[in-house]
Amino acid sequence: MNATVRVSVIALFCLAAAACAKKQEVKPQPPPEQPTTTTAPATTEGAFTPADLQSNECLRTRVVYFDFDKSNIKPEFEQIIACHAKYLRDRPMARMTLEGNTDERGTREYNLGLGERRGNAVASALEAAGASSDQIKVVSYGEERPVCREHNEGCWHQNRRVNIVYTTE
Amino acid sequence: MPIRKFLLALVVTACAALFAVQAGAQALTVQIVNGVPSAIPVTVVPFGQQGSGPASPVDIAQIVSMDLDRCGKFHTLPTSEIVESPTTGSQIKFATWQQLKQDYIVVGRTSYDGGVLHAEFELWDVNKQQQLLALSITGQGSDLRRVAHQIADQIYQKIIGVRGAFDTRIAYVTMVGLGKNAQYALVVADSDGYNPQTVVHSHEALLSPAWSPDGNELAYVSFESGDSAIYIQNVSTGARRVVSARPGINGAPRFSPDGKRLAVSLSFQGNPEIYTLDLATGALTRLTHNLAIDTEPSWTPDGQNIVFTSDRSGKPQLYQIPSAGGTPQRITFQGQWNGDVSIGYDGNKLAMVEGNGNVYRIAVMDRSLGGQETFVSPGNLDESPSWAPNASMLLYAATEGPRGVLYAVSADGRVRQRLVLGDGDVRSPAWGPYRNP
Repeated sequence: MNATVRVSVIALFCLAAAACAKKQEVKPQPPPEQPTTTTAPATTEGAFTPADLQSNECLRTRVVYFDFDKSNIKPEFEQIIACHAKYLRDRPMARMTLEGNTDERGTREYNLGLGERRGNAVASALEAAGASSDQIKVVSYGEERPVCREHNEGCWHQNRRVNIVYTTE
Repeated sequence: MPIRKFLLALVVTACAALFAVQAGAQALTVQIVNGVPSAIPVTVVPFGQQGSGPASPVDIAQIVSMDLDRCGKFHTLPTSEIVESPTTGSQIKFATWQQLKQDYIVVGRTSYDGGVLHAEFELWDVNKQQQLLALSITGQGSDLRRVAHQIADQIYQKIIGVRGAFDTRIAYVTMVGLGKNAQYALVVADSDGYNPQTVVHSHEALLSPAWSPDGNELAYVSFESGDSAIYIQNVSTGARRVVSARPGINGAPRFSPDGKRLAVSLSFQGNPEIYTLDLATGALTRLTHNLAIDTEPSWTPDGQNIVFTSDRSGKPQLYQIPSAGGTPQRITFQGQWNGDVSIGYDGNKLAMVEGNGNVYRIAVMDRSLGGQETFVSPGNLDESPSWAPNASMLLYAATEGPRGVLYAVSADGRVRQRLVLGDGDVRSPAWGPYRNP
């Protein structure tokens, strides 16, 4: 592994970590009930259990963000997709709803379509990583469920999202 | 004490819910944003009182003046400048009104007895000293303001030559509260925003109300079941039925001009496509076959074509397809983003949302003028244009600071009137059809 590749790999990890940290700011979660002894929850080793949804840093991240008028999944969210796909593989009984959302620009009905397209993009990525389509339901709320209501890019960015909601853990 | 706290919370919640309903029932207020110097000068003299009954509970002349002013085609003389008070044609001193540069004058009388309002009025041409109209109109119960709107409609039709649309209703959606406390209401009101009546409440989003051609029903989208579903509800009885609750999106309902079909956007076959739904049989006909988002269908007045929004070329643009099926043709080429069409009664005037960069405004494209476009709203987040049945004005939704408001704007964009709810958001306006008097 040459130096450039090594730096890139480190940069990628930093980016992923930063993305995770940012998600928590936007959608605060209750503090995890950390097991007193273990500090490194399972990631790729072993099968996930419902407890990991609270303790695993990656599984706790339940929001995927998008660029304006776009529905492609950005590289920084691939890790999140991968761990949720693994959870669905490990837990065939698990079910999730993907809630597609948009910012306020554009018309309400068009944004219903755009939110669905984003939800479908996350569903396809999860299925490509081994999840079953039976486990995933997509609902679009378009621009009807903003988490931030100001009229600027900082706010719009937070609203262009797919929320991952487990309905059966 | 936990129980006391719980009861307190219960009372507070109940009060909040009650307040929300009350707020939703407030009348909208009116405001003229900018006037038109070239508008026709007309004086509506305060009506006199006839008979021994109580005074009319509504100021007919004031309502008529407001109607005429907000359509952009007239400019009424302010009450403070109305120097004489004739109530019959024989009392009019034409020299006075000629000196005030008035083209037309309206005089009238009311009697109010046993809850019945009877109004007689006359419209006179000031320069020709000629009577153009002499009519009487009666109303009762909650319809007293309708008497004034019907008078304004008669005046409009006599002078402009097109049926007036003041005696019509509008529908819109209100939202108060945030997140889990959000309360949505579908409201029907007079065209000037008065007499708001809530048709349906929901804790989940309501959108896209559309009137049936006879004005008896509203189709709309509700998320109350968790997913989108299309309902049709009778406005006066409240009876309603689900007409589409398929998997995925059930959106953008619009009645056909004959009222027999609904154009909708459904995604149960993979992505949003345009369908027509036969309301008698429930039969679906799919019109579009494309991986793009196809939505916001709207019928041309002859029912032969459907104009809809599609992003098949990249960004959303308007396309037209025969309502019996066929090949869609793109019809908008100006602006980066075009959607949510409202088609005027003659089929020529297409109002739409046009977006350029982060600015979304209402544009009117006139197909009889080679697709010439006029912006009728200032932006930046304007949407949901909806024509009055005579295409003299249109309603749209705008965002001002934290809230949504409705505007009524004249077809040329020169007179705008803001309809503001006391608090919360107002959106998704839909102008209803003509009413039978």
